[in-house]
Amino acid sequence: MYDSGKIIVGLIIFIALVTFPFYNNIGKVNAKPELKIDTPEIQKLPELERKCVEPKDFMRGGHMQLLNDWRDSVVRNGNRVYKNSANKDFNMSLQNECMRCHSNKKDFCDKCHNYMAVKPYCWDCHIAPKEKKP
Amino acid sequence: MSMNRREFIKLAGISTLVGVGGVSVFNKLQQNALEASEFTAGTEALNAKQWAMVIDMSKFKTPEDYKRCMDACHSTHNVPDFSNPKDEIKWIWPETFEHAFPGQEHKYMNEETKEKSFLLLCNHCANPACVRVCPTKATFKRKDGVVMQDMHRCIGCRFCMAACPFGARSFNYRSSRGKDANGQPLIKEENTAYPTRMIGVVEKCTFCTERLAVGKLPKCVEVSDEFSKGALVFGDLADANSEVRKIINTKYTIRRKPELGTEPSVFYVIGGNDYAIVPELL
Amino acid sequence: MLDKALKGSRGYWGWLFFLTGIMGAGFLAYLYQFQNGLGVTGLSRDVSWGLYIGQFTFLVGVAASAVMLVIPYYLHDYKKFGKIVILGEFLAISAVTMCILFIFVDMGQPMRIMNVVLHPTLNSVMFWDSVVLSGYLFLNLVIGWVTLESDSKGIKPPQWIKPFIYLSVPWAVSIHTVTAFLYAGIPGRHFWLSAIMAARFLASAFAGGPALLIILALLVRKLTKFDPGKEAIQTLGKIVTYAMFANVFFLGLEFFTAFYSGIPAHQHSFQYLYAGIDGHNNLVPLMWTSSILAVIALFLLIFPSFRKKEGVLAFACVSLFISLWIDKGFGLIIGGFVPNMFERVTEYWPTIPETIITLAVWAAGFFILTVLYKIAVTVREETAGIEIEH
Repeated sequence: MYDSGKIIVGLIIFIALVTFPFYNNIGKVNAKPELKIDTPEIQKLPELERKCVEPKDFMRGGHMQLLNDWRDSVVRNGNRVYKNSANKDFNMSLQNECMRCHSNKKDFCDKCHNYMAVKPYCWDCHIAPKEKKP
Repeated sequence: MSMNRREFIKLAGISTLVGVGGVSVFNKLQQNALEASEFTAGTEALNAKQWAMVIDMSKFKTPEDYKRCMDACHSTHNVPDFSNPKDEIKWIWPETFEHAFPGQEHKYMNEETKEKSFLLLCNHCANPACVRVCPTKATFKRKDGVVMQDMHRCIGCRFCMAACPFGARSFNYRSSRGKDANGQPLIKEENTAYPTRMIGVVEKCTFCTERLAVGKLPKCVEVSDEFSKGALVFGDLADANSEVRKIINTKYTIRRKPELGTEPSVFYVIGGNDYAIVPELL
Repeated sequence: MLDKALKGSRGYWGWLFFLTGIMGAGFLAYLYQFQNGLGVTGLSRDVSWGLYIGQFTFLVGVAASAVMLVIPYYLHDYKKFGKIVILGEFLAISAVTMCILFIFVDMGQPMRIMNVVLHPTLNSVMFWDSVVLSGYLFLNLVIGWVTLESDSKGIKPPQWIKPFIYLSVPWAVSIHTVTAFLYAGIPGRHFWLSAIMAARFLASAFAGGPALLIILALLVRKLTKFDPGKEAIQTLGKIVTYAMFANVFFLGLEFFTAFYSGIPAHQHSFQYLYAGIDGHNNLVPLMWTSSILAVIALFLLIFPSFRKKEGVLAFACVSLFISLWIDKGFGLIIGGFVPNMFERVTEYWPTIPETIITLAVWAAGFFILTVLYKIAVTVREETAGIEIEH
């Protein structure tokens, strides 16, 4: 092999860089995020009504799709009322409806987003509810 | 196995296309699509074919009266105050006659009209130049005639700002969430029911679509109704019985730069009753 | 053929490193702009397009000028251009890349650039501008590469390249027409609302682009063993002369319509640019410089006794290029925004970050140009003496 010295050194540096995230996190405790849904607003609702817009399993993976559909419906079509799969009506608004119940952004939205290294830019415009002192 | 470079690259390219294409098709089929029938307008929403406004500045007795409308609009919609004309964002603001209606002023105009301030805002034209030029349909005309702005889609190219003949649009040159030179927040008091805007997008008056959706009139109209009734009249231009139609049918009104064909929907009552040239229709 | 760009003299590598340094500085300045917003430029609510869009407009013209080599050679068999058409095509690639970069640095939300593709808006001139510019870049890349590669092998280019070449002729005209339409279709700004805007754009493009090509050809002759040819350069000089004459004539036509009609709205922008309004006159020296340089250039170009001397020709081309750069890359844009839609004057001048970013984009363009020209010149040097047949 020509230039074998340079190539092997280059390969070693490359492998070291590419595997950095793995060996850098060995031993670090990375617990699954525990989302808190015991905000005062949710506590105020009677037990049976503490249901989100859509079932948890859908929302976990599909809330961004839902928000995008809501955005297009409200901004582009002027329709602000959403009938969910249980025939309940909701006002399509991140700021005024979702955050009305989930007013603890740090313990709800941010926990998962930070864990997954996701940085949604919704909050550059949409005003997050003020963090309440515990 | 011997293969030359060209064949290898061809094989790699086709495999990548098939792989990426196949995966994305597979994903698309998996997505739960939400049906359109689940999205409706609220029952109190106000409807129209072409929202319009008639402005009668003579009903504002003092500058404080129309300043009240401006401040209400800007505070409701979290419009920042940069305190410098370079970065300025304004949705509704006053100009004197020669600046509101350039070309219509003359030497012998009466002083009162010359010095009078006129409230300017987006005209929500029926044939808007800004909508024509927007490359992403971030600004678009709604079914009710409002020229709307989609902040999520705007790429900040500012073609609409060049195209608007009325200077109605402002750009977010700086973040509105910061503080000014004196340490004061740029948005004095955030309205938590309405978002702010990020840097790099264009904004303007939207005839308060978020209020129309819940059966309320635009904020400026609501405030003027309280203190200076009849200064700002809002209604449907296509409805022959609306108040806006009644006024423009009986009083002499002008629009800004009508010769450009954009068909502005904001009408200004000029002069007082002495200048009305069309007799009242019964 | 890219490997031909990897072998060069010290001067060659020094020049590339110098350009990389400027690009690095520009990148940092852009990060600053990206973080803080376009407020770090001289742009304002009234003057919402400035140096970036002006440079974009000027460079679309430079890119279109490749057609001034393609038409004589491919449509009229003017063999003297055979060896230098590639220089025009490679200049077009470099110029269009700079255009794209200038658009990118001017956008408020550049990450959303794909929205133009995801939501195509057929009534928007800007959408069509992105289509024709991308197409033109693709055309020049394919045509330039295929023809040069065939030359390096000493064979005729494949027949399938001919339709692309013929397509590039109207396409070049279209890129600058569509860019002119960005301005000529705006109802409220009378400085731009002129039927001859596209004609002016094309005239200034066909003057400024070939002028730059002449300068580049003279540089190539000086720095390398490839001689583009005295006659080819003289013919380019004749093209520049006629195009510049048309350009100056068209500007005169605009002045006539504005001032003989007496319509104030049509005159105000000219007054601002050439005389100032109410003491606002920061562009006046620049615009008069542009006019004087244009007259000097035209004077030197019209008389063959001057034009035939290559030194004088080079000087005239530099003077012309700077004149057009000021007029189209700056004056035309700012003039459309001053006075504003309320007949008020807000002046504009670029800031330091804005200038650094602009210089960096030019450096990137020259980097690409240098690399591409190195490849082209090396092929010509290696195949010297072989008859070019396209």
